[in-house]
Amino acid sequence: MPNQSPTPLRPLSQLPKARTGIEGLDEITEGGLPLGRPTLVCGSAGCGKTLLGIEFLVRGILDYDEPGVLMAFEETAAELAANVASLGFDLPQLVADKKLRLDHVHIDRAEIDETGEYDLEGLFIRLGYAIDTIGAKRVVLDTIESLFSGFTNEAVLRSEIRRLFRWLKDKGVTTVITAERGEGTLTRQGLEEYVSDCVILLDNRVIDQITTRRLRIVKYRGSTHGTNEYPYIITEEGLSVLPVTSLKLEHNVSDEVVSTGVADLDAMFRRGGLYQGSSSLVTGTAGTAKTTLAASFALEACRRGERCLFFVFEESPAQLLRNMATVGLDLQPFIDSGQLRIEASRPTLNGLERHLVTIHRLIGQFKPQTVIIDPISNLVSVGSHSEVSSMLTRLVDFLKVQGINALFTALVSGNRGQQEMTDEGISSLVDTWIHVRDLEGVGERNRGISILKARGMAHSNQVREFVIGEQGIRLLDVLVGPTGIITGASRLAQHIQEQARQLAAAQEAERRDRDLERKRRVLEATIANLRTEFESVEEELRRVNSEEQQRHDTLAEERRQLGHSISAQLPATPNGSGA
Amino acid sequence: MSEDMWELRLYVAGQTVKSMTALANLKTYCEKHLKGRYRLEIIDLLEHPQLAEGDQILAIPTLVRKVPAPIRKIIGDLSNHERVLVGLDLRALDPS
Repeated sequence: MPNQSPTPLRPLSQLPKARTGIEGLDEITEGGLPLGRPTLVCGSAGCGKTLLGIEFLVRGILDYDEPGVLMAFEETAAELAANVASLGFDLPQLVADKKLRLDHVHIDRAEIDETGEYDLEGLFIRLGYAIDTIGAKRVVLDTIESLFSGFTNEAVLRSEIRRLFRWLKDKGVTTVITAERGEGTLTRQGLEEYVSDCVILLDNRVIDQITTRRLRIVKYRGSTHGTNEYPYIITEEGLSVLPVTSLKLEHNVSDEVVSTGVADLDAMFRRGGLYQGSSSLVTGTAGTAKTTLAASFALEACRRGERCLFFVFEESPAQLLRNMATVGLDLQPFIDSGQLRIEASRPTLNGLERHLVTIHRLIGQFKPQTVIIDPISNLVSVGSHSEVSSMLTRLVDFLKVQGINALFTALVSGNRGQQEMTDEGISSLVDTWIHVRDLEGVGERNRGISILKARGMAHSNQVREFVIGEQGIRLLDVLVGPTGIITGASRLAQHIQEQARQLAAAQEAERRDRDLERKRRVLEATIANLRTEFESVEEELRRVNSEEQQRHDTLAEERRQLGHSISAQLPATPNGSGA
Repeated sequence: MSEDMWELRLYVAGQTVKSMTALANLKTYCEKHLKGRYRLEIIDLLEHPQLAEGDQILAIPTLVRKVPAPIRKIIGDLSNHERVLVGLDLRALDPS
């Protein structure tokens, strides 16, 4: 028996696909349009069907070196070239380079009479000739149903269009066919969608006076694809689809911690900051220094050497810089060094999708590690609730997947009950939620900061008062008085009382010291007295002793002398001396 | 006489049944109504595909009346006698 080595699991072979090069479309089609097969793009007027087709061709030529043929049934080559020139597509140049071939098919019913049987072999030959002369890999037919206005014999047309699709497949060219949307059906003739291998529906709708364009993949033979409606917009650089809701929750997480830019605030987090690549939300009522917090965060990011993108929807960059400079947050050097970029725009300038696209594109270009949006709540003014919510979801997802440190600020209404709620419901999306608020007390307002949530990290539960000085934000220590935490003037009063108490205590201590000193001095004096007394007694004693000794000595001397004199007078007899 | 000279072009794609029928039909009409006053050019697009664009040919077979102006196109195998004559505006010229 042969040794069966375990074969590694092979990924399922995927349908070969041709990348469109259109921003976002390749993501939702999971790689592009079916290679060598026809794709139908349908939609009502003004959806950008032709644009999609042309961009598919131009990107194919420029990015993938695949020549293309555009067969236009409605517009002439010159018109088409003029229309897309604003997008930076130079069709005449591509034609001159033999990379593109424009073929305008003119159909005039008035010129044509029909007698008897015919087919559309002429169209096939034209197309085939165009494809073969430049070796085209991509073909766009815009809009094929115009044929129906030129010919009366529908049966022939239908069978010929079927044959055309078949023929294009056999040719192995990747084809995009555009079609007008019909009543209740995807196309007017209800034919093309069944013979296409992929159907993309473009939709243009107005909700609450705001136009949004949506794209949906209706079918894709032999491949999975994103099924949702994806917003797309037509930008200065062509079509841009936002496939952001297709993202899965599988972003990488980091154990690294980054500073918030406010040292005292960092200390409120167990790990000393926010997780790298996480999203944070700063909510607060008006004037609670949300922007200052955001700017601190930006400054800190720049100091770490990161690139930071700062979106402001309320102030101009100059205003922001000036305001932040007054509180010691000097952002200008980082703007000069190119690390910090401030993008200011009015939220109402664009629709939501465009904002999102702008943000996406700038992030793509600038590749920042930190993104700040101040404030997201302003975007509400340009969209309905659910739209804003879904857009923010997509944005937060996008930033997380990119591993970007994100900080959003949001204005919340001052109503006490709603103070800790965000309208947009994004609080559940963010990892960290910091709330700043007014602490209104005896005739004054003070600012308090607290952490409402911090995923994966223990954090302080205190509401800390903070002040904005010339060196930025500083958190004050918590002072607990009889009625809760003490802020502002009360804090000052408390402080003064504290000082008075300390002074009194110091004075008391001093007095005690003096007392002690005095006592010691008295004691020392007493000791000295006693010692003097003792000395005098000792002296007396010594004097007495010495007198005694002297007397004793004198007496002994006298006695000795007396003894001598007696013995001299007496005869020397042995027993004469006994008494 | 020269202004009465008709210029006709018949576009075909190979020797298909439709093309052959069209050619046969056309020759019959021309011989009958335009004898000696027409020039017929037959273009096989399989051999000259580049010519299809010039006359905006889509359907095969297509008969194009280049002269006299305006340009007229008749598509199909020309089997309907009446329609061809009306389409080419032949009746008017026919003295009979």
